[in-house]
Amino acid sequence: MNKTLAIVMAIGLALGAAGALQATPQEDQATFQNYFIKRFPNVPKDDFINGAYALDPVGRENWEAIEEFPPYETAVSNGEKMWGTPFANGKTYADCFPDGPGIAARYPHWDKEKGMVVTLTMDLNKCREANGEKPLKPETGPMAELNAYIALESRGQVRNVEIPEDDPRALAAYEKGREFYFTRRGQFNFSCVTCHGANSGNQLRSEILSPAFGHTTHWPVYRSKWGEIGGLHRRYKGCNEQVRAKAFEADGEEYRNLEFFMTFMDSGLPLNGPGARK
Amino acid sequence: MISLGKCATGAAVAALGCVLLVGTSAAADAPAGDVAAGKEIAMDRTKGNCIACHMIPGGQSPGTIGPALVAIQARYPSFDKLRVQIHDPTVANPMSAMPPFGRNRLLTEKELDDVTAYMWSL
Repeated sequence: MNKTLAIVMAIGLALGAAGALQATPQEDQATFQNYFIKRFPNVPKDDFINGAYALDPVGRENWEAIEEFPPYETAVSNGEKMWGTPFANGKTYADCFPDGPGIAARYPHWDKEKGMVVTLTMDLNKCREANGEKPLKPETGPMAELNAYIALESRGQVRNVEIPEDDPRALAAYEKGREFYFTRRGQFNFSCVTCHGANSGNQLRSEILSPAFGHTTHWPVYRSKWGEIGGLHRRYKGCNEQVRAKAFEADGEEYRNLEFFMTFMDSGLPLNGPGARK
Repeated sequence: MISLGKCATGAAVAALGCVLLVGTSAAADAPAGDVAAGKEIAMDRTKGNCIACHMIPGGQSPGTIGPALVAIQARYPSFDKLRVQIHDPTVANPMSAMPPFGRNRLLTEKELDDVTAYMWSL
């Protein structure tokens, strides 16, 4: 256990060191996934998509009761309406996404032309703008509702994020995301991995810290604390603010790269959005 | 001697801390803070919030991230070393998960004295 912990930490420590010391994304992914699988030997791999509820039977029971009348249902039906309602020009989202709405597993992905990571919300906004509509705020409100519908339609899809080897900028974006994940920040001096790596499964007061593995599969989430549905980047903002650091822009470069790294770590897990969390 | 000076200038609550201090650690390396005020800081979500990660005798719903805060004097060679640990735990261990309460000014110097005095009493 200590050895695997040391290796995971080594990923973080290597970031400050020369590039030559760094592992490949595939090696990172194996180290990362195996760390959590060994740390929680009673959790089947696919159950990591359920976060802290994979670890805590009492919490899971309460959560399963909530899931019988899912709090995200209104968001899903609003999103479904949005998907089917034509824009002012008569076109719909389906004109931009002929394979839609179950397209969540295709995001995020590396866009060679743009030279950047593209998120689902970016492409949905691109579709809106191409049809003369105003873009929506990516992480809340109607965009989060539209994402809730798309997530539901994408349930069970397995996401395998690719880092194209013929474009070094893709690897650079991944590495930036990884660096973000392991960098301590804010007045509290916490990195993402401080709480969700070696301390996952421990309690922060009465809350169980969820394992990092599986964090990206269930978005958007109806969070009781929010009283509404919100996207992954909204959660990123909240996490950064909680450690008293500066939050970044939703769909901005920092969070896009972070999502790229985290979804790559979660590759192979089935999608289970939208989710319900405390 | 330093602690006695603090006691003389401290508020009424501080006196309690001094009594405790005389009873438990009359050694040369004596705490400079106010034990009762330190306890409040340790339990306050907006201040030290030590209870979020550490079991503390008498504290409700403690976290399990850090070690239990018991028998502190058996674990730290001096009050000053303990204060340094709370001020910036990354000095002793760069990978420590604990926030650097002094270095990042999560607590004032006075609050650090108080919370260290409280820990030293455990």
